[in-house]
Amino acid sequence: MVVAEPLLVASAVSKHYGGIAALEEVSLQVRPGEVHCLAGENGSGKSTLIKVISGVETPDSGSITMDGKSFARLTPRQAISLGIEVIFQDFSLFPNLTVAENIAMATYVAGGRRTVRPRTLRRIAAEVVSRIGVQLDLDARVEDLSVADRQLTAICRALARDARVIFMDEPTTALTWREVEALFAVVRSLKDSGVALVFVSHKLEEVLRVSDRITVLRNGVVAVTGDVSRFDRAAIVAAMTGRAFTETSPADSARAGAPPVLEVDQLSLRGYFEDVSFLVHQGEVLGVTGLLGSGRTEIAEALFGIIPADHGTVRVDGKPVRLRSVHDAIRAGIGYVPSDRLTQGVFLDQTISLNVIAGSIDRLVGRGNLLRRGKAQQMVERAAAELRIRMSSASATVRSLSGGNQQRVVLAKWLVRNPHILILNSPTVGVDVGSKHEILEMLRAKGRDGMGIIVISDDVPELVAVCHRVLVVRRGRITDELTGERLTEEAIVKELVA
Amino acid sequence: MRPLAPALRPLPLDRLRGPNNEGVLVVSIVVLSLVVGAVDSSFWSVRTLLNIGSASLENVVFAMAVLIVIISGGIDVSFMAIGIFAGYGVIVLTGSTGFGASSAWVGFVLAAGIGVLLGSLNAAAIAGLRLPTLIVTLGTQGIIRGAMLAYVGSKVIPNYPQGLDRLSTDYLFTASSSAGDTRLNILIIPAVLICLLVSLLLRYTTLGRGIYAIGGDAESARRAGFRVAGTQVFIYLFAGLLAGVAGMMHVTQVRLANPYELVGGELDVIAAVVLGGTSIFGGKGSVSGTVLGVVLIALIKNSLILLGVPGTWQRATVGLLLLIGVSAQALSARVRRRHVDFLAQASA
Ligand SMILES: Nc1ncnc2c1ncn2[C@@H]1O[C@H](COP(=O)(O)OP(=O)(O)OP(=O)(O)O)[C@@H](O)[C@H]1O
Ligand SMILES: [Mg+2]
Repeated sequence: MVVAEPLLVASAVSKHYGGIAALEEVSLQVRPGEVHCLAGENGSGKSTLIKVISGVETPDSGSITMDGKSFARLTPRQAISLGIEVIFQDFSLFPNLTVAENIAMATYVAGGRRTVRPRTLRRIAAEVVSRIGVQLDLDARVEDLSVADRQLTAICRALARDARVIFMDEPTTALTWREVEALFAVVRSLKDSGVALVFVSHKLEEVLRVSDRITVLRNGVVAVTGDVSRFDRAAIVAAMTGRAFTETSPADSARAGAPPVLEVDQLSLRGYFEDVSFLVHQGEVLGVTGLLGSGRTEIAEALFGIIPADHGTVRVDGKPVRLRSVHDAIRAGIGYVPSDRLTQGVFLDQTISLNVIAGSIDRLVGRGNLLRRGKAQQMVERAAAELRIRMSSASATVRSLSGGNQQRVVLAKWLVRNPHILILNSPTVGVDVGSKHEILEMLRAKGRDGMGIIVISDDVPELVAVCHRVLVVRRGRITDELTGERLTEEAIVKELVA
Repeated sequence: MRPLAPALRPLPLDRLRGPNNEGVLVVSIVVLSLVVGAVDSSFWSVRTLLNIGSASLENVVFAMAVLIVIISGGIDVSFMAIGIFAGYGVIVLTGSTGFGASSAWVGFVLAAGIGVLLGSLNAAAIAGLRLPTLIVTLGTQGIIRGAMLAYVGSKVIPNYPQGLDRLSTDYLFTASSSAGDTRLNILIIPAVLICLLVSLLLRYTTLGRGIYAIGGDAESARRAGFRVAGTQVFIYLFAGLLAGVAGMMHVTQVRLANPYELVGGELDVIAAVVLGGTSIFGGKGSVSGTVLGVVLIALIKNSLILLGVPGTWQRATVGLLLLIGVSAQALSARVRRRHVDFLAQASA
C-alpha cells in the first residue's frame, strides 16, 4: 500500500490552562481514508487536541496544516469550511431545538445560506438518520431525549455535511451494541470514500477493531504513534500509563448466606417494565444488562424515586420502603449514579469539592447548621485520592476537568455518602482502561464492607469481572439470570444479541 | 428494538398549551372576556376592541424587541429609555430645526436611527466586553434617560410639527358613543407589519435560528460556526431600532411629548413577553405567543378599569401575572425533564 500524503497535520501544538500543560508540542498526522485512534488516560489531552484542531480552543503555539495551508490558529467557522467535523465529548447540542434542526443547522451555517426552509431542513436530517440506520424522532426537542439519542443526534450532525476529517470524541459512551455496529458500518463506508476519521474511545476492543493507526497521549505529550498492527492491548495500555497493567481478575464468590439488603417484589411501571423481582444480598455486586430501551435504566430510576413505580414493593434491610421521590430513596439508604452525568450528575460550574460533598451535606453540618469545613475538606481529599481525580485543585470547577474526571466526581459524590445500596448506571463509561479496574476494585471492596451494589452496564468484560450475578432485561422483564458457571462473556453477548 | 414507550409522552395539557403557551393564552383571554362581559355588558363593544388595539399598538413593538433579546438568553430593561429618548428627541429636533417637519415618516426614520445608535451602547458592552445583559441595560437605561433630561430637554411639548400632527389624528377606525369617540390610529398597520417581519426573521432565516441557538447554548453555537458576537450586535441594534420606532409611535399617539413617560413601564412589556411563553432562560419564544401576551395584559388593565379597581392595583396585578408566568415555566420545565432535583438531594 502506498502511504498517502497526510490530509491534516497538527505540528508541535501546545496548550496551557493556567499553570497546567494540557498539550505540550503535540503533533498528529491524519491521512485520507484512515481511521486514526487517539488514546490516552483521562486528562491526557485528547479532547483538548481536538478542540485546538477544530478551532474551539486557541493554541499557545504550534500550527495546523490542511491542504498544504498552514494556520497558527483557526476559528470554528474556518475549521468547518475546511471540512473538519467534530462529535464533541459533551455533544454540544442545542437542547431547545428539535433533532432535525440540530442535525441540519450546521449545513446552513457552513453553507452561508441566509434563509431556512423547515421542510428542507427536515429532509436533510431524515436523510442522515436513515443513512446511519438509527431511529430518532426528528421533531422531538433534544432536551427531552435520552442520553443515547442525544449522542446519536450528535453523530448525525457530524455526518450531515460532506466532511473530510471527522473527529469522534468518545462517540459510543451511551450506545449499546446495536448502535455501535451501525456506527462502525458508517465509519467503514466513509473510510472507503476517502474521509479520515479520528476516533477517541476507552473501549480498546472497539478501537482496535476499526483503527488503522494509533497515537497515544500521556500527560499532554505523544507517547507513541504507529500502525495498529504493531500494538496489542497490553502495549497500548503500557504506552498510556507508562507502567505495566494488571487486568481485572474475576469476581470472588459472594459470601453465602448473607442477608438481603434489597428485596424488589413484582415492581411494575406501565409502559416501561413489568413484574420485576430480585434480591441483592449484603456484599453482593449485582449486574443488570439489556439493550437500550429495554427498561433497565427505568428500573433503576424507579428504585431511586425519579419515576416512581406504580406497583410492587421494595424492602431495604427487611423493612418496606416508599419510594415516591428522590428524597425518599436517599432516606431509605439508596444511592444512584446516573448515566447522564452531564445533566443529572453534577453542577458543572461549581467547584469539585462542593460537588463531592453535595450529597452528604447533612453529615457535615455541626452545631448551628454550619458546615464543618475541616471534615468536608478531609472527605474531598480522601475521595479525590481514592478515585485519582486529576485536578489542579479541589476549588477548580468541574467543567474544567476532562470528561473521565468529571465521571469520577459523580462517583465520588455517592461513594463518600456510603449508602446501603448503590446503583451505578454505566459507572466506568469514559474512564480509561488503566483506572477502570481500580474503580471496579473499589466497588468490590465496598461490597466486602457490606454495601449492596447494582451495576447497570453494557460493558461485558466489566460485568463478568465485577459482578456475582447478572440479570438480563428484555422488553421490560427480567428474562434471565446468569450466575457461577453461566456467567461468561459469551453468555451475556448471546443474551444481548438474541 | 423500539422502547416500550417513548421516553416522554406529551401530557394532554401540553397539547392544549401549544409549543409556546398560545393555547392557554387564548383560553385566558376568552374566559376573562366572558367574566368581564357578564359583569359589565358595555364591555361587548367596538370601543373595547379599539381601546385594546390602541394600548397594544406600541407595546407590541416594544415586546418584539424584548422577545428577540430574551430568546437569545439575555434581558433588556433599557428599551423604554431608548423609546422615549427617540420619540421625544425627534419632537425636539423637528421643533427646533424644522427638519422633516412636513413628513411624519422622516420622524420615524430619525427615531429608528436614534434607537440603533443607543442600541449600539448595549451591543458594545454585551458583545464586545461580554458583560451580563441585565447589568448593562440597567446601566444604559440610567445613562440614556439622564442624558435625555440633561441635554435634550425636560419640558412637556404640546405642539407637534405639521407632519406628525397629521399622522396623530389619522385614524383607521372611529367608534362614537355617548361617552365620546374612541379611535384606533393608522399606526396599527406598521405595528402588525413589524410583528410579521420579526416572525419571518425568527423562523425562516439562519440569523433568526442562530438567535435561538445562542439562547439554547452559546458555546455550542460558537462550536457549530455561528457568529455569536456578531449575532448579539445585530440583536441589540435591532432591539434599539424597534424601541425607537415604538417610542415614536407612543409620542405620536398621545399627542403630547412628555420626557417623563415610558421609563418605569418596562414591567408590562416584559410580563407580556414571558406570559407569551418566552422562556426566561432563553432559547424559546414566539411572536404569536408574545402578541397574545400583550393583548392579555392590555385586556386585564382595561377590565380592571371597567370593574372599578383602583389604578394603583394595576401594577401589582401585572407583577403578579409575571410571577405566575415564570412559575408556570419553571414548573413545567421540571416536569418535562424528569429532572433529578439535586438540590433536594443535597439537603436530604
Ligand atoms: N477549560 C479548562 N480549564 C482548565 N483546565 C482544563 C480545561 N479544559 C481541560 N483542562 C485540563 O486539561 C487537561 C486535559 O484535558 P482533556 O479534556 O483534553 O483530557 P482527555 O484526554 O480528553 O481526558 P478524558 O479521557 O477524561 O476525556 C486536564 O488536566 C484538564 O483538567
Ligand atoms: Mg476528553
